[in-house]
Amino acid sequence: MELKINGSTHQVDAAPETPLLWLIREDLGLTGTKFGCGLAQCGACTVMVDGMAVRSCVTPVEGVVGREIRTIESIESDALGQRVVAAWVKHQVAQCGYCQSGQVMAATALLQRTPRPTDAEIAAAMTNLCRCGTYNAIKTAIHELAAG
Amino acid sequence: MMDSEHASVRDNLFPDNKPVNISRRKFLLASAGIMAGALVISFGIPIQPARAAQMPKPFVPGTRVPAFLEIRPDNTARLLSPFIEGGQGIFTALAQIIGEELDLDPAQFVVENAPPGDDYKVMEKGGRFTGGSNSVRSSYTTMRKLGAAGRLMLMQAAANEWKVPVQQLTTEPGKVIHQPSGRSATYGELATAAVALPVPDTDAVALRDPAQFRWIGKPVQRIDVRDKSTGKAMYTIDARVENMLYAAVQHAPRLGLEVGSLRNEAHVRQIKGVHAVEWLSGAVAVVADRWWIAKRAVEALQVDWLEPGPQSTARYMSAEFSTEAFVKHLGELPGEGETAETKGDVGSAISGAGKTVSAVYHTQNLNHAQLEPPSALARFDDAGNLEVWLPNQAPDLFLADIARQTGLDPSRIKLHSPLLGGFFGRHFLYPNASPYPQAIQLAKAVGRPVKVIWSREEEFLRDVLRPLAVVRFRGALDAQGTPVAIEAISVTEGPTEGIANKHGAQLDPTALEGLTGKRYDIPHKRIAQLYQQTHVALGYWRSVGNSINDFLYEAFLDELADTGQVDPYEMRLKLLRGNDRLTHLLQEVAALSGGWKRGPFTAEDGSRRARGVAMASPFGTETAVIAEVSIEHGKVRVHDIWQAIDPGSIVNPAIVDAQVNSAVALGLSQTLVEQAVYKNGMPVARNYDLYRILPPDLMAKVHVKVIESGAKMGGIGEPPLPAVAPAVANAVSHLTGQRIRSMPLSTYTFDT
Repeated sequence: MELKINGSTHQVDAAPETPLLWLIREDLGLTGTKFGCGLAQCGACTVMVDGMAVRSCVTPVEGVVGREIRTIESIESDALGQRVVAAWVKHQVAQCGYCQSGQVMAATALLQRTPRPTDAEIAAAMTNLCRCGTYNAIKTAIHELAAG
Repeated sequence: MMDSEHASVRDNLFPDNKPVNISRRKFLLASAGIMAGALVISFGIPIQPARAAQMPKPFVPGTRVPAFLEIRPDNTARLLSPFIEGGQGIFTALAQIIGEELDLDPAQFVVENAPPGDDYKVMEKGGRFTGGSNSVRSSYTTMRKLGAAGRLMLMQAAANEWKVPVQQLTTEPGKVIHQPSGRSATYGELATAAVALPVPDTDAVALRDPAQFRWIGKPVQRIDVRDKSTGKAMYTIDARVENMLYAAVQHAPRLGLEVGSLRNEAHVRQIKGVHAVEWLSGAVAVVADRWWIAKRAVEALQVDWLEPGPQSTARYMSAEFSTEAFVKHLGELPGEGETAETKGDVGSAISGAGKTVSAVYHTQNLNHAQLEPPSALARFDDAGNLEVWLPNQAPDLFLADIARQTGLDPSRIKLHSPLLGGFFGRHFLYPNASPYPQAIQLAKAVGRPVKVIWSREEEFLRDVLRPLAVVRFRGALDAQGTPVAIEAISVTEGPTEGIANKHGAQLDPTALEGLTGKRYDIPHKRIAQLYQQTHVALGYWRSVGNSINDFLYEAFLDELADTGQVDPYEMRLKLLRGNDRLTHLLQEVAALSGGWKRGPFTAEDGSRRARGVAMASPFGTETAVIAEVSIEHGKVRVHDIWQAIDPGSIVNPAIVDAQVNSAVALGLSQTLVEQAVYKNGMPVARNYDLYRILPPDLMAKVHVKVIESGAKMGGIGEPPLPAVAPAVANAVSHLTGQRIRSMPLSTYTFDT
C-alpha cells in the first residue's frame, strides 16, 4: 500500500485493517503521534487526513490509501501550523505533553476549516482528553488564534 | 520499505552507548536515551561518573559539578536532573535554580533525567525519588550551591588562562569577564579547562542575594514546551533500538492468577508476523514484528488461569470481590480503630454536648489514568549486559529491583528514564504494576531487543488504585455553634501498607493525612484508623491521603456549621484564631473571589448558584479554595475555582499557576465523574469509555493567588488538589440541600 504522509509517499506492507497509528509510529518512525487508548476516546493519536482531524488508532490503513495524511512532525510546514505552535508556546500549554500532539493537530484542523470558530465550534472540535488539565490554556490559545 | 523511510526511523533511534559524533538536532531528539558519559567526543565538558568514581574519599550527593553539568562549546548546558519531568515543570525549575547561581540563562539548558547513582541522591533526607511534591523544596539549596560551584570553576579556569587573580573576575550570563583588561570568554570556551579543576567546597560558596535574582521567582518559560507542541518530546513508549521487536500481553483477569495452559498456542504462533508466544508471571505475551500484530495475537490466546494455592500470601483479587459490597462491609465493621492523633477527651466532650452530629462518609478508588500507557524496552548486548528503558519515579530503586530479578550486577545494567507522559504517582516501584520484568524476560527469550506496550485495557488491570475509605465522624458543638469535638475513624487500608501488603506496627500516615494535621483549634479530637485490607492493589495518587481525607473532613466541618447554624467561612476563621498565616490565607481566597458570598444567588445567566469553601495543609503547603456551582440538567456544573496557596516561597509563578490548574482539573475529575469500580473481581471500566476522566467541557475557570509568606518552602504539584473536592461538595450541599458525603457526584441525582 502507498501512503502519502507529510508530502511524501511511502510503501507499507501491512494487513489492510491495521490502524494507521501503528504504521506511522513503527514503520515510519514518526513517534510524535501518540497511543493513549486505542478506542478513539482520548485523541492522543489525532492526525489530519485530507484536512480533517482523524483518530488514527481506529483508522484502518486501507481507508487512507491515496489521501493526504499529515502528522505533527510537519505541523510547522505551513503558516497556520506555525501560528498554532507559537500560540501553544506563548500560552505555555504543555505539561507532561503526551496529549499535546493530538491537541495541536485537532486545533489546526479546526482553524484550517473554520478560521473564526464560535465557542460552540471550539467545544465540538476540541474534545481530546488531557490528564494534566491544560484545558484552560488550550482554550486561551485557540481563542487568541480565532481572533486572528 | 524505501531507504528514505529507513533513514527516518533511524533518526529516532535511541542510540547505542558509544561515543558518536552526532548532530545537535539528533542529540536533542535522542538524548533521553543516553547515559552519562556517552557524549565525550562532541562536547566540551563531558559528564564524568568514571572520573568521579576514582575519587577515593566519600562525597556529598549534589556537590560534584561534572556529574550534573556539561557546558558545551555553543554555551548551552546539559544538566542531568535528579528528578524526572512528567509535566510538573521540574526540568525548568532546576534550570532556573542552577542557572541563577551559575549565571546562565535557563533557556540555554537542555535537561535530562540523570542515571541512577549516589551523586543524584540529593534530597534533604538522602535518597532520590520524584514524588511527595519534594523535588524543589528538598534540593533547592543544594542545587543553588551546585550552580555557584560551577560558576567558580569557570572563573578559576579563566583566572588560570589569563594569569589574573580570580577575585578580579566577574560573570555575565554565559561568560567570564576581566574588567581591568577588558577580556572575556564564554563558558563554552572555558568549559574544557574548568572541568579539570577541583570542585570547590560547595558549603563555602557564596550564594546570590535573593533580591538580585534574575530567574528564580520569575515566570520563566518552560524549556520543554516547544518540543512538546511539535511532537519531538520522547517518552519511553517512543524508544526504539535496532532489531527491536514488539510485545503485547494479556494479563490474568485477576491479580494472583497464573497461567495454567494455553489452548491454542500452536495456532497463534502461526499468525503472520508473530515471533514468539511466552508465559510470564501472571500474564501471557506475544512478540511480533509490529505491536498491533502482537496485540491481536495475544488477545486471541485462550488461557486457562490457575487460582493461587491455599498457602499463597501474595496479593490476590478474588472472584467474589465487588466494590459496592466492600464499602458496605467497611461501614459495618465493628471497632474504634487505632488512634493516630488525639487531644482532650472526645468521648466526654461529645456525651456532654448539647448538639452533636454523626455521619458516615466514603470515597472511591481511582485509576491514575495517565495518558501514556506503560511500556518498557529491554536489550541485552552480546556480553549479557542489559539496557532497560522504563517510566519511573525512582531510578535507583528500579535498578536495584532489576538487579535482584535478573541476578546481574548493577554495573551491568543501564537504566534509561525518559520523560513521563503523566504520572500522578503511577510510576513508583509497585509489585506487578510495570512492564519491565516482562520486557527483560522476553528480550532474553527471543534474543532480540523487545519493547512491551500495555494496552489501556491491560494497564487498567494492573494499575494500582487510590485507596478508598469509609469514615465515621462524630462531632459536638458549643452553645454558639462552634465545634468543640471531632472524631474520625477511617475504615481503610492506606497505600503504603497496601504496597507492603501488611499492616505495620505503626499506622500508615498516608492513610490518614488530611484527617490528621488539620490546623483548626478544636479542643477535643481523635483521629483513628480501623484497618481493613482490600483485594485491590493500592498505590499513591496525586496528593495521596489528602486527596481523600480533606474532602471528608472539610465536608463534615460544613455539616457541623450547618447544625450549629453558623456560616462555614466565619466558623473557619474562628477556628483559626491566633493562626495569622491561615487567617490571612482564608481571607485572601475570599478577596480573590470578590468577597465571601455563600449564596444561593442568581447569576447573570439566570442560574441558581452557591459557593463552598475548604482548606488543606498538604505536603508542607497551605491552601484555601472557594468553588461556585450550579445544577445543570440534574448534574453539577462547577463554574469557578478560586485558590489561594501559600507554599512559603516559589521558583516559578507561571508553573505554580499551571500546577494549580492541573491539580484543580484532577480534583474536579475525582469530585465529579471518576471512580474505579470492581464487580466479580474485575474492573468494570478498562478504558476511557467507561472510566471517565474530566473532559474539557467540565473544566472550571481557575483563579490563583500565590502567597509567599516566607515560611519553610512547601510542595507545589500536589497541594492544590485536596481542597477542591470539599469546596465543591460544600457548595452543592448548600445549593441543593442534599448533603454530599461521597464522591463522585455523578452518582447523585439532583433536581434541575
